[in-house]
Amino acid sequence: MKTEKVMDSRHKKEGLATEVVSLLVNNIRDYAMYIALAVIFLIFTVSTKGLFLSSRNLINLVNQTGYVAVLAIGMTLILIIKHIDLSIGFVAGFLGAVAAILLMNGWNVWLVIPTVLVCGILVGVYQGFLVTKIKVPAFVTTLAGMFMFRGLLSMVTAGTGTIIVRDRTFLQLSNGYIPDLPWGASLDFHLLTMVIGVFLVFAMIYSQIRSRQSLKRYDFKTSSMMIFVIKQVSLSILIMVISWIMASYRGIPWTAVIVTVVLLIYNFVLTKTRFGRHVYAIGGNAEAAELSGIKVNRVTFLVFASMGLMAALAGMLYTSRLASATPTAGLGFELDAIASSYIGGVSVGGGVGRVTNTIIGALVIMSLTNGMNLLGVDISFQYVVKGAIFILAVAFDVTTRNRAKA
Amino acid sequence: MGDLKKDFILEMKDITKEFPGVKALDRVTFEVQRGEIHCLVGENGAGKSTLMKVLSGVYPYGSYDGDIVLNGETQEFRHISDSEKRGIAIIYQELALFPELPVYENIFVGHEIISGRIIDWNETKVRAAEVLKRVGLKVDPATKIKDLGVGQRQLVEIAKALSKEVDLLILDEPTAALNEEDSENLLNLLRELKAQGVTCILISHKLKEIVAIADTITVLRDGTVVTSLNAKERKIGEQEIIKYMVGREIDNIYPKRDVTLGDVAFELKNWTVTDRTSGREILHNVNLNVRKGEVVGLAGLMGAGRTELALSLFGNVPGYDIGAGEMYLNGKRMEFKHPADAIKNGIAYVTEDRKANGLVLIQDVKFNITMPALQKLVHNLVVNENEEITVANEYRESFDIRTPSVQTVTGTLSGGNQQKTSLAKWLFAEPSLLILDEPTRGIDVGAKFEIYTLINRLVAQGISIIMISSELLEVLGMSDRIYIMSEGTITGEIDGQDATEEIVMAMATKTVEEAV
Repeated sequence: MKTEKVMDSRHKKEGLATEVVSLLVNNIRDYAMYIALAVIFLIFTVSTKGLFLSSRNLINLVNQTGYVAVLAIGMTLILIIKHIDLSIGFVAGFLGAVAAILLMNGWNVWLVIPTVLVCGILVGVYQGFLVTKIKVPAFVTTLAGMFMFRGLLSMVTAGTGTIIVRDRTFLQLSNGYIPDLPWGASLDFHLLTMVIGVFLVFAMIYSQIRSRQSLKRYDFKTSSMMIFVIKQVSLSILIMVISWIMASYRGIPWTAVIVTVVLLIYNFVLTKTRFGRHVYAIGGNAEAAELSGIKVNRVTFLVFASMGLMAALAGMLYTSRLASATPTAGLGFELDAIASSYIGGVSVGGGVGRVTNTIIGALVIMSLTNGMNLLGVDISFQYVVKGAIFILAVAFDVTTRNRAKA
Repeated sequence: MGDLKKDFILEMKDITKEFPGVKALDRVTFEVQRGEIHCLVGENGAGKSTLMKVLSGVYPYGSYDGDIVLNGETQEFRHISDSEKRGIAIIYQELALFPELPVYENIFVGHEIISGRIIDWNETKVRAAEVLKRVGLKVDPATKIKDLGVGQRQLVEIAKALSKEVDLLILDEPTAALNEEDSENLLNLLRELKAQGVTCILISHKLKEIVAIADTITVLRDGTVVTSLNAKERKIGEQEIIKYMVGREIDNIYPKRDVTLGDVAFELKNWTVTDRTSGREILHNVNLNVRKGEVVGLAGLMGAGRTELALSLFGNVPGYDIGAGEMYLNGKRMEFKHPADAIKNGIAYVTEDRKANGLVLIQDVKFNITMPALQKLVHNLVVNENEEITVANEYRESFDIRTPSVQTVTGTLSGGNQQKTSLAKWLFAEPSLLILDEPTRGIDVGAKFEIYTLINRLVAQGISIIMISSELLEVLGMSDRIYIMSEGTITGEIDGQDATEEIVMAMATKTVEEAV
């Protein structure tokens, strides 16, 4: 569950090379994913003659990934507790349309957003109720949901067809950027973005040093100073490069802000809180969890409610991005979300998975979409490629896990 | 050994098997004579199961060093089907039957009787009936496995092995889940098979059985053969085997304790539970109490309702309705809707089957230990992971859980260490009443002794214990007082010092009518 395996044996000196090797071996699953992402970036950069890596396109990629990332984060929890949610694509589509209709009827955007989010929770509550109380398997419950919300989406868009959204605040969600500092106007880059980048670097280094000190205080083994420094320096460079890419275009997109906030909250809940532990316990052995006093039904119920909430958010991000609600919105979103989670290392057997890795999985899936679109690859063929990458990732995951077991 | 040339059906020579970081088997030489019952004993983690997995091809040829010679020919088993073809059949501790399929289909699954290109069901049923007769199981071959008892299932497994024309039958803890009567039947069956020329390797922790049935006893310890004893030449005693297994003598496996009993800490009055779907009464009018610092044994045959009783008072009642009755904890009336309520009030239940519902095997040791009382480590919503490691290490030391680290995945530990982990987990929850369901099932003598010692330590601290066990000697050896259950009701209560095997067995086989 941790990037660095902290051994509780007292620290002993080992060579740098051995440490690097053991880091690689212990975290092969994670590194493989980063390497895959890097390879995908490289291939598309070469084949589009650099167009893929342009600031403009990368920002575009972030905005495209936003709604899938949000769905995938919710889906990760569902998959960890060994359930599935097939309905979220059309739930997102339907709730996105609801937002558009409310806006069209003159509702204030600050009323629309919470209303739609609450609707999302209600959808999750309904499905969670069926799964936990009536004991209908999640596959069946959400398959039925898929039918119903597809139907509801067609019904609400039947009269008007595509519903255009004109509210400027709402459009900002997936098309806007954070404002700049007043002093940045004369510069040819986005000042606030760079300030945030620098702030993030300091925040990261500070928190890493603190957790390292905490490990030392308990006398647990920490990685060697050399590795620690290399890691901090390379991560800092990465953050500054990304900040620069965004700053040299128009700054940080609101989508990135939203996804980051969602990610931080979910990551905190999953890795730090009791609720998160309960999620992993249920995924690992639901019966043992129940007999250890964990309220399996309640946790499952909450996980479905959170999925509904994420579907609502994703639906609004998508509607905002297209500046309209369409009768086909949401088609296949659930597949992208499930694929992102599995590519991001959620175990097909349940009980294992991290939202931070799911985000990488979502980036893999959406980079493929984005890059192939740039190259003008036929949409049908795109599905074949995505499917192939998906199954490769899961097959790799299953084999590395089996090897770890033997 | 003797000068006579021995007829070995199996010779395993210098077998060495390594796992990352551990040498599970170290130059083990294991020889089995044709037609004997050869018992393989050793503490958990001694390498018994590993040796049998090497033999059966679960660990394929090439993944170990050494030779396997069967009937004089060196073998290279790459898969379990290779060893099956050569007449070796293994019956594992965890039975591999299909609960929803009938007995006859289970017997021939994997080697179906084919005529033309389709399965000949009539022939299958006839042959199934024959082989069932051979193992002495009197059930309709069309019965589904889920409707059979544990003992009967074991017999189906043996029937399955026999249907494959087996020469060498390996049984891994066949009687672990059986009551005394079924165990005795099984041992008789093994004697009969021996008379029919089948060679048996028996892995068991029940030394009483081994002494009764073995021709040869091989003792493994820490991956090496300690000794091979010929039980035909002279009688081997349990103490002697224990000495070889643990490398030291344990005079009395049930350690003495000196605890002054306190007031009644827990009491059940007229406790009655019904099955929700069938409306059948599972528990009838159970009255029971436990005093502070007392070990109360709950004896009975398989299916007497002991586990159901534990679950019903622990608040986990899947499909049961608590019809009537009252529960008192330290004089206060209690009603639990969920195990969480029971835990909050200081009750802990160590399950009978640690793999199925006791531990999260894919998570590490510390995760499991802190699971029931995680809130103790939570400050401002956050679980203090460093504190968690420290706490887990304390339990690892005080319970002597042998693991490379508390961050080791629990599934990789041996059975005894897993059991100690599930005990540690519950003590972290600081219970005042600890219910132990078969606390020593499938673990070796050394680990058993440690668990008994631990039980004594706990009652000395004032914890009350209800111990469910199918091993009579354990119940007799450990309990201050014994309740005996049969058919969902208490058929007897007896002081631990007055109890004998005969008295307890007599009460355990009483029917409800006799008891009332």
